[in-house]
Amino acid sequence: MENKPPGDDVENIVPLAQQNTSQDWSDVLAELAETKDKTLFVELFKHFAPKVKAYIIRLGLIESSAEELMQETMAAVWRKSHLYNRSKAAASTWIFTLARNLSIDLMRKQKYPEYSLDEWHEEADDNDDPCVDHVLSSRMGLSVNKLPEEQAQVIYMSFYEGRSHSDIANRLGIPLGSVKSRIRLASDKLRSMWRDGV
Amino acid sequence: MNIKHHLDEASLLSYAAGSMSQSMALVAACHLSMCPQCQERAQKSEAIGGVLLDSLAPAALNENSLDQVMAMLDYEPSVDIAVPKRISSKRAGADQTDLPFPLGEYIDGSLDSIAWKRIVPGVYCYDLPCKSERGGVSRLLRIAPGKSMLPHSHDGNELTLILRGSFSDEIGRFTVGDIADLDSEIEHQPLVDSDEDCICLIATDAPLRFSTLLGKIVQPMTGF
Ligand SMILES: [Zn+2]
Repeated sequence: MENKPPGDDVENIVPLAQQNTSQDWSDVLAELAETKDKTLFVELFKHFAPKVKAYIIRLGLIESSAEELMQETMAAVWRKSHLYNRSKAAASTWIFTLARNLSIDLMRKQKYPEYSLDEWHEEADDNDDPCVDHVLSSRMGLSVNKLPEEQAQVIYMSFYEGRSHSDIANRLGIPLGSVKSRIRLASDKLRSMWRDGV
Repeated sequence: MNIKHHLDEASLLSYAAGSMSQSMALVAACHLSMCPQCQERAQKSEAIGGVLLDSLAPAALNENSLDQVMAMLDYEPSVDIAVPKRISSKRAGADQTDLPFPLGEYIDGSLDSIAWKRIVPGVYCYDLPCKSERGGVSRLLRIAPGKSMLPHSHDGNELTLILRGSFSDEIGRFTVGDIADLDSEIEHQPLVDSDEDCICLIATDAPLRFSTLLGKIVQPMTGF
């Protein structure tokens, strides 16, 4: 993971033109889970596959590995769709975690420790607002762009480059504690923006 | 289980981003598997990942990408290798032992069947085969009641999850499920205050920074 581009991640991020599509894609994935209809899968593929590949390339893998891993991720979307629970996560979130785990498994040659597997499916948590994640997802795209630059930067470096806190500290030449407090601030801000409906 | 000490927000986000070292992610996942509160927070952090994924400019796919994937769909692997072991270890964890299920990837059986290595009287350790790129390790420690560790501080991040027994330090009392999520700012001196041995799972970012619980206990006596 040493051959990744340096920390400026703001290029290649397109403004979210259609803010309400996140909910729709979750519907499509939930329907796929029930029907196993291949035409739905093709729709999901066309929307997500190029983004999944872009994500994997950002993590530092070469194009050919990224293509292969993207294909594995999309096949996993199909294979595991019965585990998808749209009250727990937006489609983009669920697919992100699949891509994240497969990328890490390949790069580290160890399984990324997961805290739940089939629980997405079996675990009932009645107290939760089932729409929380949808709301979060559809609104937060705007919010990340609204963060102060130094906060957005640590979020991008964490998610898009897979950099640990100490790695970010070294890159930016700031103390570890500052990295963590920037991340905490960013996270707080995103949550309150989302609560207040951006 | 009444969990009072949780993962720091910055650690949760790092876990969700997949940017946490393998050894620390194991400890974080173990706490998450025991803590519904942090699970909910982790899902929110993962949702940031979903949004960021969705906001990426699409990359060009190979010409026949879709066809290749469509061809993969009809091939159902007869056994999903990861699943049976996880489910069985998870069930074992829930029903018979106090092993958090993410540890089931690394340990067969229970906390009682671990081949402990004695470091000094009353202190045992077991290194998990969970390695980080930069050399960080995950380690189980078993410490007898009444043992106090020398005061120590950290050079980097350190996670300590209590799996059995309890200890107290300047920050508070840590019982089963509690996680001490510490960075270099904090100096503490944990004292095992349970009747039984305290078993904890501990991880740091990098090897040189593992100057913590074990390092400080062991250093004066064995010299490593
Ligand atoms: Zn917690």
